[in-house]
Amino acid sequence: MSLGPNSRRTPKNVARSAPPMGGARTSAMIASLDAEGRATKPAPFGHALAELAQTRDDIVGLSADLSKYTDLHVFAKAHPDKFYQMGMAEQVLISAAAGLAKEGFTPFATTYAVFAARRAYDFIAMAIAEDNLPVKICCALPGLTTGYGPSHQSTEDIAIMRGMPGLTVLDPCDATEIDQATRAIADHPGPVYMRLLRGQVPDVLGEYGYQFKLGKAQMIRDGGDVLFVSTGLMTMRALDAAARLQKDGVEAGVLHVPTIKPLDEDTIAEACGKTGRLVVTAENHSINGGLGEAVAGTLMRRGLRPAFAQVALPDEWLDAGALPTLHDQYGLSVDAVVKRVKGLL
Amino acid sequence: MTPDHHRSNVSLARRAWAIRRNAVRMGQVQGQGYIGQALGVADVLAASYFHALSYRPDDPEWEGRDRFLLSIGHYAIALYAAMIEAGILPEQELETYGTDDSRLPMSGMASYTPGMEITGGSLGHGLGIAVGMAMGLKRKDNPAFVYNLLSDGELGEGSTWEAVQSATQWKLDNLIAIVDVNDQQADGKPSDALMQMPEAPRWEAFGWFAQEVDGNDIDAVVAALDAARHHPGPQPRVVICRTTMCKGVPFLEEREITHFVRVEEDEWDRALAILDEGKPA
Ligand SMILES: Cc1ncc(C[n+]2csc(CCOP(=O)(O)OP(=O)(O)O)c2C)c(N)n1
Ligand SMILES: [Mg+2]
Repeated sequence: MSLGPNSRRTPKNVARSAPPMGGARTSAMIASLDAEGRATKPAPFGHALAELAQTRDDIVGLSADLSKYTDLHVFAKAHPDKFYQMGMAEQVLISAAAGLAKEGFTPFATTYAVFAARRAYDFIAMAIAEDNLPVKICCALPGLTTGYGPSHQSTEDIAIMRGMPGLTVLDPCDATEIDQATRAIADHPGPVYMRLLRGQVPDVLGEYGYQFKLGKAQMIRDGGDVLFVSTGLMTMRALDAAARLQKDGVEAGVLHVPTIKPLDEDTIAEACGKTGRLVVTAENHSINGGLGEAVAGTLMRRGLRPAFAQVALPDEWLDAGALPTLHDQYGLSVDAVVKRVKGLL
Repeated sequence: MTPDHHRSNVSLARRAWAIRRNAVRMGQVQGQGYIGQALGVADVLAASYFHALSYRPDDPEWEGRDRFLLSIGHYAIALYAAMIEAGILPEQELETYGTDDSRLPMSGMASYTPGMEITGGSLGHGLGIAVGMAMGLKRKDNPAFVYNLLSDGELGEGSTWEAVQSATQWKLDNLIAIVDVNDQQADGKPSDALMQMPEAPRWEAFGWFAQEVDGNDIDAVVAALDAARHHPGPQPRVVICRTTMCKGVPFLEEREITHFVRVEEDEWDRALAILDEGKPA
């Protein structure tokens, strides 16, 4: 029998030789995003949900052995009788949440984004979305927020969740927004997929007097040279990048798009239609199928042709490594965004 | 034909000691790591890598090797420690553990590390892949075994039980599952909140040859692995190993155990000193 070598290693493996010794950075799971010197709030999702459940008996929480790592433990501690520990079993996590919803409850189910998007996808589709059940799937470690490698890096969740009819898809930016969005989705009658930052979560939108509105994009700051159209934590980065660009005489606006589906096409088209502005979408997600392509589609359909660029993760299995290293390497750090924009102007 | 790493006169207790020591040194590099798991499973890995498994340290892709699949990516620190002791990985490389560009990332991946058969970390994949490799070996008339080290947490995943049934269906007598039952998962202890189930009977109910042993008793693990390899029946085999997290470093064993055991900066040296005091012959 002529079979090839017994294992087909990826080229990466062949190329990797023993590295130099020393170096202190880590590929550890970092479940809280580095606050980078900003004010933070602890566990905004857990606290908001715990508060909601004081007056709403329909709210229940479920987790697949990750309550501590999705901040649902705050809710579980406040309302032990409303919390279900499902064990590490994402499929029944989702199916059982569907069942609870069919019996009239409003379940919040938590795990990491990769495990909802990859393992439980069919269960989300058929048990929840097709039946239009009000299950809220809230997931930590969105995009590139851990250096742990592809098993935990949720680079394509938005693309595949966007593909699901009837599902509302959110990528909130900070603690203020997570708090407000948690309350808003609890009132929303349909199924929701929401990305979560957890632990000590940076708080930036508060100072802009921001108020989350489900389905709405909002201009956080305006500027005539560049328009960032951003979502999730990349709105924080876009705001920092805009401040840095301003020092160099470049006026950059930031349109924050926390609801990726349904997309606020009118607001996006209006903002991007202003002539002469470079449009730069920014997302903590693969370049395929996320906010950038959604915005591009909107612009094409409406006959708008601004200069356009995407800040997004490459279509690759990302490296393991320290998160700051990886954000520089893959273009999500403020430095990388500023450099990119300057190169485009 | 006994390979060198088996023929040598180094005791298995000494191998387990070396695995623990390597793991603590890696933890020290990062100031963190899944050290509780590594210390707990060290005896199982010593029995596997220095008694049961057939392999060539200088040729990790040798066609005749027994395949050892680590589905629990976070246990990589333990497997690196064993592979270093086995001579598959160079000892100095432990200083790169978890650093940028290291071949030893925190979560084990096939594309990074020689001797790492699969990419773990998304739990519940290992046993299914093991089923396919065991089928493939049979198709090739290759007498090697496939081992899969999985955790009690992974027994929550439906995919694990699909693989369990499939292994029975295809009479995979060349498949040996080793389950590290350390009574710990991310949110707490399975016996408290998550799941409480007698292990061996449910595997037997699925048609497996099941044994349950104290996973920190090396002789017991060796005997169970021997029985698993030599069992005459056509079934897949499982060795359920009950282990104690942090085993071998009493001050850590006594601390409140969680999924991610905290170790203070000065405690790594203390742990090494304690291990060194108890160095077996
Ligand atoms: C499919 C999947 N779901 C969830 C996780 C997150 N996770 C990582 S380790 C872990 C605990 C699993 O139990 P076990 O392996 O027994 O943990 P340990 O004994 O190391 O505490 C969980 C839930 C994961 N890695 N993969
Ligand atoms: Mg365990």
